[in-house]
Amino acid sequence: MTERTVKKSIKELSPLDVYKLLPRITPPCAECGEKNCMAFAVKAVTREVALEKCAPLLTEKYKAEYAQLRDLLAPPVKEITVGIGDRSVKIGGKAVQYRHEFTYHNPAPIAIDIADEMSDTQILERVKAIEGFRYNYIGRILKLDMIAVRSSSNDPSRFGAVVQKVAESTTLPLILCSFNPEVIEAGLKTVYTNRPLIYAATENNWSKMAELALKYDCPLVVHVSEDLRMLKSLVKTLVEYGVEDLVLDPGTFVGKGLASTINNFTMIRRSACGGDKLLGFPILGASIAAWKERTEPKELLMWEEACLASILLSRYADVLVMHSLEGWVILPNTIWRFNLYTDPSKPVSVEAGLKIFGAPNEDSPVMITTNYALTFFTVESDIRSANIDCFLIVVDTGGLSVESSVAGRYLTAEIITEVLRKSGIEEKVKHRYLIIPGLAARLSGEIEQLSGWQVLVGPRDSSGIPTFLKDRWPPKKE
Amino acid sequence: MANNNRNQEDKGASIKLGPKILDLLRKIGEIELENVEINAEEIEIWIPSLSPAILQQVPPSPEIVRGKPTEILKAEFKPPIQTYSGKILEVKLGATKSEGGSRGKTLTIGGERSPAFYLFEETQLNPPIVSVDVFDTEVSLPKSIRTHVQEVLGDPAAWAKLAVDKFNADAVTVHLVSTDPLIKNASARDAARTIEQVLQAVDVPIIVGGCGDPKKDVEVFQKVSEVAAKERVMLSSLTPDMAEAGILGDVCKAAKDNGHVVLAFTALDLNRAKELNRRLYEFLPKESIVMDLTTAALGYGLEYSFSIHERARLAALAGDNELQHPTLSGTTNAWAAREAWMKMGAEWEPRELRGPIWETVTALVLLLAGVDIFMMMHPAAIRTVKDVIKNISGLSHTRREDTDWISIRM
Ligand code: SF4
Repeated sequence: MTERTVKKSIKELSPLDVYKLLPRITPPCAECGEKNCMAFAVKAVTREVALEKCAPLLTEKYKAEYAQLRDLLAPPVKEITVGIGDRSVKIGGKAVQYRHEFTYHNPAPIAIDIADEMSDTQILERVKAIEGFRYNYIGRILKLDMIAVRSSSNDPSRFGAVVQKVAESTTLPLILCSFNPEVIEAGLKTVYTNRPLIYAATENNWSKMAELALKYDCPLVVHVSEDLRMLKSLVKTLVEYGVEDLVLDPGTFVGKGLASTINNFTMIRRSACGGDKLLGFPILGASIAAWKERTEPKELLMWEEACLASILLSRYADVLVMHSLEGWVILPNTIWRFNLYTDPSKPVSVEAGLKIFGAPNEDSPVMITTNYALTFFTVESDIRSANIDCFLIVVDTGGLSVESSVAGRYLTAEIITEVLRKSGIEEKVKHRYLIIPGLAARLSGEIEQLSGWQVLVGPRDSSGIPTFLKDRWPPKKE
Repeated sequence: MANNNRNQEDKGASIKLGPKILDLLRKIGEIELENVEINAEEIEIWIPSLSPAILQQVPPSPEIVRGKPTEILKAEFKPPIQTYSGKILEVKLGATKSEGGSRGKTLTIGGERSPAFYLFEETQLNPPIVSVDVFDTEVSLPKSIRTHVQEVLGDPAAWAKLAVDKFNADAVTVHLVSTDPLIKNASARDAARTIEQVLQAVDVPIIVGGCGDPKKDVEVFQKVSEVAAKERVMLSSLTPDMAEAGILGDVCKAAKDNGHVVLAFTALDLNRAKELNRRLYEFLPKESIVMDLTTAALGYGLEYSFSIHERARLAALAGDNELQHPTLSGTTNAWAAREAWMKMGAEWEPRELRGPIWETVTALVLLLAGVDIFMMMHPAAIRTVKDVIKNISGLSHTRREDTDWISIRM
């Protein structure tokens, strides 16, 4: 596996390229669930369906076509699976360098470290905290994904015992971390059937690590600090050795070293997307490096790690090893990761109009917001989770949030008055009370004058809606 | 990969037959494509001699015979350098005495010839800068910011001085919120006086922020342009609304006559950004335009801002000369996210850190997308962003120790 002709990138691939290689049985067998092969090809190109859905393709007869198709659709960054079954995670599988080109696949799993010199109670508490991390972000639950057990003791028996302890208390996929092959093997012996990720092969230990990766059939991280030629050489060697599920670690540095870290990650990813197969593997980022030999107060190191993690996630890390477990460190990063991996073609705005929640009647509250997608989803999620029966008027502000649209005059008393008339809300309720967002408070006087509706200024943040309604609805007669 | 044994077994078959069979199968594929009449059964007739048993042994692609390497096999690596036909314009903010102004020094932003911090391609010519937000009137601020500016609230000149002396601001943005017809409706003359006071209090370049009402802003910007003549302030911001209202020319003329820079604001839409720039080119030199493509808060659309900045920068470098302007981020918008200021459960505390980290992460993400100037508020966020800019603007060649985080004892 050396350099070869650059294949078409996912952007250039046409459904026809895929169609040509499909069975094209007439009449279409539709076993894939699509109408015909062409429809299937269209979805296969955008990776909406897996090739394996086409049952005929998997038969002996189409073996060659299947192989060709797999190669054709393989992303430039290989997808590596760590763990087994339900709790396995996929790493890498990126089709492009830049987010706007094509949806990034496989949100980078975040692994939290456990050192083998921690006490048993510490370890169990940490596992519990990792598993227990949950945040409800516009209706999605954000979680942590992996545990990186690292051998600070460099003692095989200690490491083996801790790995076993961790494996007994969690089903999260593991990364086993040591540069000492004996230590790694002690860990692998107990958990290899769970397919942990091995960290790491280096210039010094590579043949022993390669043997372990083959013997226990586990993926392997290749670590060479700041020398991409050596990193690539090591990859070439390991692939030749027969180890094909690799993850790249060019080293994460803080302070003055951060510049080269960012550049190394960027060079690796651009090379991979340009067809360099030896660099076409996922990248491991280690924001835990912020904690190395530092004497600063803990809060400062957490702060640095929070920043470093967001930089690494933005610049191509496909898996991240972290130490901090504090909510304020993890939260911005899990949210940013979620955002980064959303479909870039998803519109900024939602459809405007009258939305109905639950089963409102003629006395139910009427609220108003803008059609900026994130504003709407946030309000929607807050109303839903509190089970409120109400009407919500979504105003077309050109996809601007409440604050910006008030400032930019996309949400004005005139516009609101017109929307109230046109939305049909006046036939649906018999009261005339409109709840406006707190951030639009300054429009209240004008709205009352122009529309004839009474304005109740709601909370500045929609999380306050349930309490607001409890206190203020139904409105007291003046 | 427990496939060692399998490889050994496969070898015989693949070496002798592999490539040939594959060629054959590929050819059949082509024939089938050209001649749709040939159906599946017929193809099997083409290869009657191949029993399924043999076929099974054909690996997906021809495998190379593998011996386990005994030493590291050398591979070449060339940094993936690209060439770009476009370049970002350089825009200068502020003017010194010799240039007719009164600033201690000027700031130049832009000038990039490759994507942000691609130091393997180009050195970072003008590192991005931070402009600190100052308000001309009492505004509601999150508590963790308020505590840092408590003493200067309502006094923009003192606030600006604090921003420069304590927060290390490269520039100061004075938001003339009081001019809002729906708030105080302060006059353009009052606003101009505020700007004069700030210009006297500090000697860094100044950005003048309007209230968002297009008509009022034009009026205020015209007046400010006159009193701050030759100071090369940046007017924030000029919008498509002003163009629609037919008053864009007025404010542009004032900016041009007095030597100022303008910020062209559009809401997450590159076509509109280009359209607005085209309008501005009618009146202004290109070197006096900076773009604000909109900054949404982390968790509230930051990914849109991130991608639009990456797209704009790549298009500009690829030669789109309507996007070759430096960009600005209103990073303080990060505080619109509820996670930045809201009281949450104990596991998310302290809020005093959660808030500023929100602002910081919002800035860092956009820094990597190519933003040249950040409008910010929290001192910790400002400091971090400035530190990161310093650290990633140049490759340091001192040999670093290996990053062994495995053995860290916390
Ligand atoms: S299952 Fe395969 S052969 Fe059948 S219609 Fe779908 S793509 Fe075509």
